[in-house]
Amino acid sequence: MMSRDIIDVKAETSALNTQKMWVIMGPQHPFSHGLWTLKAQLDGEIVVDAEPIIGYLHRGWEKECENRTYPKIIPMADRLCYAASMTYTHLYCMTVEKALGIDIPEKAKYIRIMADEICRIQSHLMWLAAVGTDLGNLTVFLWAMREREFFMDLNVRMCGARMTTNFPRIGGVRNDIDDEFAMFATRCVERFEKALWDIIAMVDDSSIFVSRMKGTGILTRERCANLGITGPAMRGTGVDFDVRRDDPYDNYDQMDFVVPVLKDGDSYSRYRVRIEEMFQSCKIIKQALQKVKAIGRNAPYRLKVPSKVPAGRAFMRMEDPRGESMMYLVSDGSEKPYRLKVRSPIFVNVSAAKPLVQGCRIADVPAVMAMIDMCLGETDR
Amino acid sequence: MAYSSILDWIQFRDMMANPFYPYDTYNLPFDISYKLWEILGGLIAWLVNLIIPGNGLSTWLISDEVSNAFALILFMVVIFLVAFVVTLLSLWMERKVLGRLMDRRGTMIGLKGFLQNVADGLKTFMKENVIPRRVDKMTYMWTVSLVIGTSVLIACMIPLSERWYVVSYGTGLLIIMAIFALAPFFILVSGWAQNNKYSLIGGMRAAELMISYEVPMLIMIATTCLMAGSFSIFDIVNMQGDTVWFFIPQIIGFITFIFCATAEAERVPFDIAEAEAELVEGWQTEYAGMKWGLIMLADYLRGYVSCAMVVIMYLGGWLIPFASDGINGLLPEVVFLTKVWIVFFAMVILRGALARVRTDQIVNIGWKVFMPLSVVNLAVVLLLKFGGVF
Repeated sequence: MMSRDIIDVKAETSALNTQKMWVIMGPQHPFSHGLWTLKAQLDGEIVVDAEPIIGYLHRGWEKECENRTYPKIIPMADRLCYAASMTYTHLYCMTVEKALGIDIPEKAKYIRIMADEICRIQSHLMWLAAVGTDLGNLTVFLWAMREREFFMDLNVRMCGARMTTNFPRIGGVRNDIDDEFAMFATRCVERFEKALWDIIAMVDDSSIFVSRMKGTGILTRERCANLGITGPAMRGTGVDFDVRRDDPYDNYDQMDFVVPVLKDGDSYSRYRVRIEEMFQSCKIIKQALQKVKAIGRNAPYRLKVPSKVPAGRAFMRMEDPRGESMMYLVSDGSEKPYRLKVRSPIFVNVSAAKPLVQGCRIADVPAVMAMIDMCLGETDR
Repeated sequence: MAYSSILDWIQFRDMMANPFYPYDTYNLPFDISYKLWEILGGLIAWLVNLIIPGNGLSTWLISDEVSNAFALILFMVVIFLVAFVVTLLSLWMERKVLGRLMDRRGTMIGLKGFLQNVADGLKTFMKENVIPRRVDKMTYMWTVSLVIGTSVLIACMIPLSERWYVVSYGTGLLIIMAIFALAPFFILVSGWAQNNKYSLIGGMRAAELMISYEVPMLIMIATTCLMAGSFSIFDIVNMQGDTVWFFIPQIIGFITFIFCATAEAERVPFDIAEAEAELVEGWQTEYAGMKWGLIMLADYLRGYVSCAMVVIMYLGGWLIPFASDGINGLLPEVVFLTKVWIVFFAMVILRGALARVRTDQIVNIGWKVFMPLSVVNLAVVLLLKFGGVF
């Protein structure tokens, strides 16, 4: 465990010589969205030390993949993260395509981009709902879940499933989008762009919400780099980096969007980065719809691919809603991968739990940890 | 004595003529319970007389002093039932209004969802009464009993009108306030007794919450009493009828008091003692089954009392403005309860719209915002008083 003096967050200390106590929050605790534990040492109400414990949901995902053929891993990749299932499936398919050395049809790329962004909005709405309950307000929770429902319906329209979609395929996507999808998606997105302002008005105009988030859980740019934090938490500290823009995959280089970056590094900047990302995702979905329309109806959306991947190694990374996720594939030329390694952003980000909550009050712990947006499916694998 | 029929036993007498009548003025709930006993006691006396004719028990049962004693017992039941039903109605209103705020339907079981309360009561009643092994059993039990007991006591002590009251002390408001402020102490002790870290922090927070809102709240109560020139609830309400409702001269105090009352009732945004996000259920964590159900009931009873205090102190109690005495005398209880529910509605909206504040923030708000505002309010009232307006 790190000693306390390297933490530059100024911890409030009690003048009384009180004894500290360990409070074990989790694995069944209202604040831990999923099975994980935060051991927090309290001095009165102030957290002086903390230790995240993960691993309760370990399923041996990577080992299990070694016993399955390549297409059979796709539904398993869905289960890595329930809030944004298509991103991991997309990443897996891209990794295998890279190992195969094939280029998929343009149309499939745009459909995948759309699916990705729908999942990003879904995931961010789930996070917004969690923030609401962690701050003690159920209205934000239910409004965010209501908005999420419309994107679930859009998922159904696209591929027939709501959460675990099993949609991308190696070499394309499972099915083409139908004629009415563009109409539904435009309507949904335009509605959402207005409806999100309800929640923003509720949270940002309320001094209680803002005062709970502002100035808590401060991360500096340097610490962010040292801990390997990625995603909105990193962009909230002023690091201007997004894989979609700086190392584009599929056709993200042809999309016009802005990467929101804020410099404060506190919970509020992380909140605002995520809110702005939702608006940018809407923008991307609309552009992708235009591109798909321009390609035309009967264009190919899926390639036939060999079932055996040539021996070699492939590595892909993508911008997950929570950060930068990576997959590393080692193939021995058979139908099954020799090794498939997943780098989950939350597995790394949760290591920031200690510096984030140190010096906070215990009331801030749920709010600060909600800004990391925990997802245990991908963390424990 | 020999009576021929049941009708001779059940006869309504004037309760004011009873030498043991405990009040000076007419009391409606006592009248109801007195008549109830006349029916019930008369029936028992008649039945006993049928079996053993000419006994002394029958006449004893409907004599003045015994009638009065049994009427007092029924009186307690009537008063509690009214407070209970009022609380259940506020609970139901909160669930429905909160549901609408959140874009859902709220409770849906029977009578527009009202029977959900009954279902919840039955459910908590059927639950196993778990007492954790390593708690301090005595303290664990008596603290929660006192929290519930004091809450029920003040809820029953709130007068609904000039004819619906339990006690008419000259210091009514002060007594209600004193009993109101007791619960946080028991919560603090209960947090210690439960042998649970979350409960301990929750209990500490209840104390922290109390020191932050109690002082400005007392100053504002003193201000109102100063304005009315009396601690008596009837005097305060009648004074508002004679002049204006106190929320007009004391608008600062009125707004501040609503927030203080929210804190007093431990509702969002000031429910830090049972902050479910970080402290599981705060000081209530180890209470299971009906104990928890009663704690929830006590919470809502306190919410009702908080709203009733706002209504008594600032919104003219059971009076309707610009109405003749006849209309005012018609159903003052309903007027009072309607006002209470309007204030409670505002509290529900607060709950739907706000997040929970942090402990240091509530102390900040209490001492840096509420406290100066209540003193400003006091200064305004002093100026008005010395200026001869009131």
